[in-house]
Amino acid sequence: MSPRTKFELKYGMATREAFGKALVQLGKQNPDVVVCDADLSKSTYTTYFAKEFPDRFFSCGIAEANMVGVAAGMASAGKIPFVSSFSCFVMNKGFEQLRVGVAYPNTNVKVVGTHSGISIGEDGPSQMSIEETSLACSLPGFTVLSPADEVATTALMMASAAMKGPVFMRTGRMKAPIVYPAGQQFEIGKAIEVAPGKDVTIIATGLLVAEALRAADTLEEEGISARVIDFHTIKPLDREAVRKAAAETGAIVVAEEHLVDGGLGVRVAQAAAELHPCPMEFVGVRNTYAESGAPDQLLDHYGLVARDVAEAVRKVVRRKR
Amino acid sequence: MPPKRSVEELQAIAKRVRRHVVEMIGAAKSGHPGGSLSAADIVVTLYFDAMRLDPARPDWAERDRFILSKGHAAPVLYAAMAEAGYACAPIDKLNTLRKLGSVYQGHPDVRFIPALEASTGSLGNGLSLALGMGCAARLDGASWRSYCMLGDGEIQEGQIWEAAMFGAFHKLDNVCAILDYNRIQLDGFVKDIMEIEPLRDKWRSFGWHTLELDGHDIPQIQAALAEAAATKGKPTVLIAHTVKGKGVSFMENNPKFHGMAPTPAELELALQELQ
Repeated sequence: MSPRTKFELKYGMATREAFGKALVQLGKQNPDVVVCDADLSKSTYTTYFAKEFPDRFFSCGIAEANMVGVAAGMASAGKIPFVSSFSCFVMNKGFEQLRVGVAYPNTNVKVVGTHSGISIGEDGPSQMSIEETSLACSLPGFTVLSPADEVATTALMMASAAMKGPVFMRTGRMKAPIVYPAGQQFEIGKAIEVAPGKDVTIIATGLLVAEALRAADTLEEEGISARVIDFHTIKPLDREAVRKAAAETGAIVVAEEHLVDGGLGVRVAQAAAELHPCPMEFVGVRNTYAESGAPDQLLDHYGLVARDVAEAVRKVVRRKR
Repeated sequence: MPPKRSVEELQAIAKRVRRHVVEMIGAAKSGHPGGSLSAADIVVTLYFDAMRLDPARPDWAERDRFILSKGHAAPVLYAAMAEAGYACAPIDKLNTLRKLGSVYQGHPDVRFIPALEASTGSLGNGLSLALGMGCAARLDGASWRSYCMLGDGEIQEGQIWEAAMFGAFHKLDNVCAILDYNRIQLDGFVKDIMEIEPLRDKWRSFGWHTLELDGHDIPQIQAALAEAAATKGKPTVLIAHTVKGKGVSFMENNPKFHGMAPTPAELELALQELQ
């Protein structure tokens, strides 16, 4: 993406809704696609699929553990089950089943968590998910995806269904700023440079990609040229993109709507430590649960907006010298 | 498909399977003999009589599926599959149980023996898997059935009751759960650890067709499995009354042999009893 163009903040649909629409598309393409829901279909938008394909929609009740197990059984009999709930519920209540029924035998189950991060807003911390990237990445063989907008969500859904093996995808409740033009190509495991730059690299995922782009615009006015890379795939990590960013720009900031413990940041840091150590800073939730509030207020309050990304960049650039 | 076997033949196979079980666990010096021996007659009746399967074609799409949810009884399943002639379960390797590089892992692992259908060992998971398979079969309009063997202590896990609700709600009459009710779990008698009675009432109130039987009486097992297959509109659970350690006098009803291997002397004694 060059030459550098200013980022224009324009909201598309929430990534959870893009997921719901993509499911319908997948359902039309492949009769083996089935959906399991735990009484949240109106919130996760699997209700779109339920309307089109009632026979392939399985209401599991509020029982996430069994839901994941049922999906694993379906997958081992040749189906492509998409299991969905709020990220915090499916990942925490279904973790044991994701471990023994999905990761360990490597069954072809796709898990889509909605309402990830703190931007769900008013419902508060019991419904928020700030640990699930860490949990998902800890499962051997899992692919972990975190789309930034509706375009990314749709493309990554298609890619998930086309690949064999377990996938976890992280989607959000609030409308997501548009980052990509329609038709943008995505490859699982391949990060995308969304803004060029030479002084520092901002590695971002999910909602923070747009914040990183906004930060890069501010920084440019200050004479700092910030490259922005979207890590829509958190696992397998695009190690080459990390190495290149470290080698070419000499400093990295990682920004995510997740606990800094165990999220994308530590994975990027591990890759950089192995391949090309450089100064790094991290933007994320720090060792706390959030609280109720409007989504934009929460993101601001917990330090997850462009201002915070820009500040981390200034800090890391100072450390380069 | 092999010809129908007589009850006497099935009993003879069950005895061989029991011999394998104690030998394997004796050689491994660890494992769970009690729950393998209690399940032997049921597993043999499934693999040698009731289930539609062809050991030469373990990936045959129309085969019935069996999930050993009480995965610690892996030896009885390994021995039955080896006796049935599955190439991925070689009979001459049974005594490599639990050793590095063996296909006979401590608990069933599909990475090593694909014909196992599921990796189990963490209790409470198998029934959900069996129900998922039942959903898939129904979507495909297929006639294969899925069977899931549960331990009695295992049903203390909450997931079992999530699954029980799911099975009845979705009317999965192609799924049959078999409860190996040997009344002993690791720390002692089930009634002293966490009572599960009234068992039949529980399953009935969850919407399952329930049957009680003697889990060592092969004709009773055959009849119950046939009734389960003929039952429409709801899944069936067979509450099979069994004896932990069945077939080896000093292991019978002895909580010690839930998870303890026989010593070489005990092994010799056990094999004499299983002549």
